[in-house]
Amino acid sequence: MTHDTIKHHLTDALLMAYSAGTLPEAFSLAVAAHISMCDECRARLGAFDTVGGALMANCDAAEMSADSLGATLAKIDLAEAQPVERNVTADGGVLPAPVRAYVGGDLDAVRWRPVGMGVKQAILPTKGEATARLLYIPAGAAVPDHGHRGTELTLVLRGAFEDKVDHFGPGDIEVANEDLDHTPIADIGEDCICLAATDAPLRFNSWLPRIAQPFLRI
Amino acid sequence: MEPVKVKEEKEHPGLEWSACILRIRETRDRAAFAALFRHFAPRVKAFLMRSGADAAMAEECTQEVMAAVWQKAHLFDPSRASAATWIFTIARNRKIDALRKMKRPEPEDLPWGPEEEPDQEDSLALQQESEKLEQAVAALPAKQRDLIEKAYFGDLSHREIAEETGLPLGTIKSRIRLALDRLRHAMK
Repeated sequence: MTHDTIKHHLTDALLMAYSAGTLPEAFSLAVAAHISMCDECRARLGAFDTVGGALMANCDAAEMSADSLGATLAKIDLAEAQPVERNVTADGGVLPAPVRAYVGGDLDAVRWRPVGMGVKQAILPTKGEATARLLYIPAGAAVPDHGHRGTELTLVLRGAFEDKVDHFGPGDIEVANEDLDHTPIADIGEDCICLAATDAPLRFNSWLPRIAQPFLRI
Repeated sequence: MEPVKVKEEKEHPGLEWSACILRIRETRDRAAFAALFRHFAPRVKAFLMRSGADAAMAEECTQEVMAAVWQKAHLFDPSRASAATWIFTIARNRKIDALRKMKRPEPEDLPWGPEEEPDQEDSLALQQESEKLEQAVAALPAKQRDLIEKAYFGDLSHREIAEETGLPLGTIKSRIRLALDRLRHAMK
């Protein structure tokens, strides 16, 4: 389910941290979902994995315990080859496979909760300090004007939105930090579905969402 | 049984490791596995210890990583990753699971799997790139290499590296960027 029209890609810092395995789970999910849709970032990730392999290959060898190889062969004999499970999107599906694993199915399995003004969300069960949610923004509607204390990754899965930075279509990912206050507005033609990951609560700029924030868990 | 070595394997030792994994995949070759184990297991263990595992945990995880190499050999594609890269990704995933106790969401697979007969030219080209990168990593100035290693091994965010090294966050980001630019340049 790759898209040739992607203009907004992952940063080197995010790709390197994903390759190193140091990102919070919610951010890893957004990165894995974008790579599922973007061949360019998949290739760049390959380069960062190669850096990791080169660093490991350059490590001074550690001393292994006496019968390490024998113990490993015993493990192999206990559990033979694992079956191949293909991690691919169902035909015509909207959610990339890593997102579907958290939802337990495609779009029709998402348990949406309204958050006001037609916007709906579904929080995904990730561990750690960052959170991931699916957002459903009706065509032409806006997510309330907000800023960020930390980093927010927003990946478009269907439809498109626009904020003061640019226009974001399917597969595009916006990497927002604390410098950005924005009001994402969905395109008029189609409802917009996004995956958003944040490592700190959003900061709403008007009083109504601010009061509602503890209830919305955003 | 002495494995047949083609000329490229002698010139590019990495290709020999790829060939070992293919022999595991095709004939469950224990001699090939033993050779692979002797070379990579001590490096996987060193990587895990530098990531914060104690010696006993690193030993146990290394055995699991190497057992996974055997079990997943049918998924290895030498035209897409060198043996070192592929084993690194398995060790990295074990680290996230055992040390960070988190799940690791993976991108979906490409619609095609590894080919039965991997393309020799593609495998060779990929091996040459990987070797160039290994040399470029080894040739990085000490400060840049140290930061890249901390970022990969240390289970540290940039902010935590800042606290550990006393360097401001901006300096760390620009040094890592410099190191990446240098690696990219070395690849050209």
